[in-house]
Amino acid sequence: MSAMQRKKRTEAFLLGNEAVAEGALLAGCSFYAGYPITPSTEIMEVMARRLPHVENGVFLQMEDEIASAGAIIGASLAGRKVMTATSGPGFSLMQEQIGYACMTETPLVIVNVMRGGSSTGLPTSPGQGDVQQARWGAHGDHPIIVFSAADVRECLEMTITAFNYAEKYRTPVILLLDEITAHTREKIEIPRPGEFEVLSRLLPTMPPEWYKPYEETVRGVPPMPPIGTGYRFHVTGLTHDPLGFPTSRPDEVKAVTERMFRKIDRFFHDIQIVDHDQTEDADTLVIAYGSVARSARLAVRQAREAGVKAGLLSLKTLFPFPRPHVEKLLRTCKLVLVPEMNMGQISREVKRVNCGITTIRTINRVDGQIITPSQILKEIA
Amino acid sequence: MAEVTQLIHQYLRHNKKFPLVFCPGCGIGIVLGSLVRSVHALGIPKDDMAVVAGIGCSGRIAAYVDFNTVHATHGRALTLSTGIKMASPHLRVLTVMGDGDALSIGGNHLIHAARRNIGVTALVVNNFIYGMTGGQCSPTTPFGSYTHTSPQGQMEKSFDVVEMARAAGANGVYRGTVFHAKALDGLLQRAMSRPGFNLVEVLTPCFTQYGRGNKFRSPVEMFQWLKDHVVPREVYDKLDDKAGKIPMGIFVENDEPGLEQRHAAMRQALADKGGAGS
Repeated sequence: MSAMQRKKRTEAFLLGNEAVAEGALLAGCSFYAGYPITPSTEIMEVMARRLPHVENGVFLQMEDEIASAGAIIGASLAGRKVMTATSGPGFSLMQEQIGYACMTETPLVIVNVMRGGSSTGLPTSPGQGDVQQARWGAHGDHPIIVFSAADVRECLEMTITAFNYAEKYRTPVILLLDEITAHTREKIEIPRPGEFEVLSRLLPTMPPEWYKPYEETVRGVPPMPPIGTGYRFHVTGLTHDPLGFPTSRPDEVKAVTERMFRKIDRFFHDIQIVDHDQTEDADTLVIAYGSVARSARLAVRQAREAGVKAGLLSLKTLFPFPRPHVEKLLRTCKLVLVPEMNMGQISREVKRVNCGITTIRTINRVDGQIITPSQILKEIA
Repeated sequence: MAEVTQLIHQYLRHNKKFPLVFCPGCGIGIVLGSLVRSVHALGIPKDDMAVVAGIGCSGRIAAYVDFNTVHATHGRALTLSTGIKMASPHLRVLTVMGDGDALSIGGNHLIHAARRNIGVTALVVNNFIYGMTGGQCSPTTPFGSYTHTSPQGQMEKSFDVVEMARAAGANGVYRGTVFHAKALDGLLQRAMSRPGFNLVEVLTPCFTQYGRGNKFRSPVEMFQWLKDHVVPREVYDKLDDKAGKIPMGIFVENDEPGLEQRHAAMRQALADKGGAGS
């Protein structure tokens, strides 16, 4: 798209999936590799049309999800901002590569449009069953950032945020959508470039012979040069020393693992993105994410009209779990409801934080159907 | 000798913990030597080389050479290579894989990299066994051979790497051995200086895991076996009795543009049309 057209088009009638692609392009994504899977495919199709028009833009349809994840890791190491999108079964296939990206501290954005059911499940119905997989799908101990989006505008914004955080913290970022959010079409305003922050990874300023790709720095996030630019370093999924070479020396193993966690821990508060809706004086709190947060928003409004002091904490960051926000509200609310389209994957986190402070009730729906405002309202009242 | 020392100083990493991890009698050191000599002969600047390796003994090559090096996940080296090459077409990407890596877990990636004709040189180090994992059979373990997971003798037929790459559409397909080191240098240089996907299979002995279990008395005997059984393709074609012989040399050479070149041409064509995207 030329600059002329972009200036004209400030509003668009988009699917959530299309908004993700739009957000990715605005964030500077120039490399996409993927494998088609319902209900994420529109993201890939938009990227296929648009990327060849981006400077040096590359779109690849790979042979499977493992290859897709591998290709974006390679491209990210070569300095590109990269993305892939998939759905549950494909996301499972990517997990080994996601772990590799965590270990090698390679920025990636992976969108998982969740569908219902386990296994092949319900390809065209919504679900939120991949929440814990997004956090713990890759083997071994690793930090990761997981975001979600509730509507089409958020799809665009959170995709840009996902790119920014991936670059800022040198880590894979997972964006979880559900089928409803992905396939809802809404009119949104497309921001112009320059209207929002776009971050890129820190490049080294020292001469190549001084550069250590996995060195502890003040921010905890070492700079990362594109390969082929004079900084010749080694990248491996093996536990490595600050130079990137494999090591099994206990002190070095401990240091690299702890630094990986510390870079996220240190900026824990920066990564907590939530939306408060009438939570200041709420007795009854709903904690929701994805399309369920939209149902909850209406339910809370209707409850207020009926005289119930209800509030909504809408989670955009799922991991690291926004404990400070949740904990504070647990102390002031008599009842906390956690509706979600799974058997209780975020309510597990809420209960972990709660430790008996207040009453937690879950609303779980796993029949491939949406959680409606009235279903939530019934529990509030 | 002075030249060898110079190459070592120029291309190997001094801060890497030597000695090499490879066992005595292993041929991978010769592959490593051939790699270094080929890059040197082609005059490729170190910053323009990317070596991507898989998991296993041959995957460890990457850590020793002073290029941009990536030690990928098992079987996925070609997927990362695809990303690197498409993102930075100016890089020369050499992908080093073992037989298990390239043909078993990575078999699908191999045939698709060949089909896609991505501008990568794949170096398949074939020692007929899973070496680092401790001597289990691989897709190239010869029929009847003994390994820890084929204690009664391998019941399955083995892959012919060359035929597979040819069928999948690779631009260039080559086979050499570590016994014929000089010829290997030539094949590798040829593969690395051509467009598109080029695959070089290198036959190499693994005495520790394969040789001992299959009645080879020493690494020298395994090198002798390579010398006796592997013959140049021109000689092989004229043999009356081909049984037990393996041809080496050049098998396929096409000049189709690599995928990254096709993409660049497509982007250029779009830009020439005015670049109006949808």
